[in-house]
Amino acid sequence: MIVYILCFLLFLIGLYGVVVKRNLIKIIISLAIMEYSVNLFLIMVGYISAGQAPIINEEVSRTGPFVDPLPQAMILTAIVIGLATTSLLLAIAIRLYGKYGTFDIRKINHLKG
Amino acid sequence: MEVYLIIVLVLMILGSLYSLNARDLLSAVVSYGIVGFGLVICFLLLQAPDLAIVQVLVEVITLIIMIAVIKNTTRKELFTGYDAKAFVSAIVAVIFTILFFYVFDKMTGVLTGFGQHLTRMSTAYLEGAGVTGSANLVTGVVFDFRAYDTLGEATVLFTAVVGVLTVLRLKGKKKGK
Amino acid sequence: MQGMTIIVKKITQIMAPVIFLFGLYVIVHGHLSPGGGFAGGVILAAAFILQILSFGSILPSLRREEVWLELLESTAVMGFLVISGLGLLLASFRIFFLNFINRGTVGQLLSGGIIPLENIVVGAEVCAAITTIFIALTVYQDEVTQ
Repeated sequence: MIVYILCFLLFLIGLYGVVVKRNLIKIIISLAIMEYSVNLFLIMVGYISAGQAPIINEEVSRTGPFVDPLPQAMILTAIVIGLATTSLLLAIAIRLYGKYGTFDIRKINHLKG
Repeated sequence: MEVYLIIVLVLMILGSLYSLNARDLLSAVVSYGIVGFGLVICFLLLQAPDLAIVQVLVEVITLIIMIAVIKNTTRKELFTGYDAKAFVSAIVAVIFTILFFYVFDKMTGVLTGFGQHLTRMSTAYLEGAGVTGSANLVTGVVFDFRAYDTLGEATVLFTAVVGVLTVLRLKGKKKGK
Repeated sequence: MQGMTIIVKKITQIMAPVIFLFGLYVIVHGHLSPGGGFAGGVILAAAFILQILSFGSILPSLRREEVWLELLESTAVMGFLVISGLGLLLASFRIFFLNFINRGTVGQLLSGGIIPLENIVVGAEVCAAITTIFIALTVYQDEVTQ
């Protein structure tokens, strides 16, 4: 149970970064940390103690329990999507830097219109 | 087993805290790498080798891209102190943390303890090697039982690439080419 | 972006083909061992990224590469749709993603029906996507931040 709580703490740290920090790069890092913690939580739910990796082989006895393959399959796609979305955020940050000359979102806020 | 996981998770939490409070953006990005590579070790401990392979490569590429971005722009962290609304923000943060822990407690009440997962629905997937003919059960789920999700994933990846190119390209392609 | 020294270039010339071959191995053996289309695609992209980092980026040639990569990515997504649509066609419009090839015995290289084909297609798609993102983020930002 303490493992779940630590994982949730990691999520809260990411949320703190998104809310408090004023730097665009720090906000992107916080979003990535939140994504990692959610991935880790879902894999932890699917774990079975003394389970084996879900790969059938001649050497591995098929009697032992396998860990749940369904969360692993879902997170496998989520990791690659996470890379693509993080790069999209970085691209938008680069364009904002090129336009305003800063990563500070308070200064970007001032220029409306 | 669980002890190792707790040690790695504490290390990840320390890395993320330092990453958010660093004065230099380069050291922030480097200590963000602690979180990603700690996640790789967690995946290996939790018997997910597919995810460990993908995560270590994705982490390396993410770090390269982030360092390339901050090398060309600026490394300075601009906001270090606290502004006037910090007190109100702190109270709101405490209230929200208590609320989130309450929701989390309610949520994990329905879960079984760590390592005692019941594969109610996934027994069909675990017998799936005879159905799909794939020895790697994760690949069997990704490409046979849940192939619709993979199609959606391909679409999202394509959209993200088109979005990056649209945001970053200054001049459109010439018409004659 | 500038290239690196002659030592790094020479090591890259030796190592990049090996990394590329390992990526192909991971993709092809995706239904037998850990790995598969996603992991193999990212390894292939890492081989290209290593070359771009060590040899530097010359803008016109990379533009040409980018056109080819976009073509590869679109073709891969279309290939995925065609494979699934063939299953739909052969099942007389009842099952999407029908596994219409003989599945063989579990554990052989030629087994699994359409799963190895889908692995190859997804590997090509992921490789093209990540390499395109990297080229765009490293090359075009030089123009943007001027």
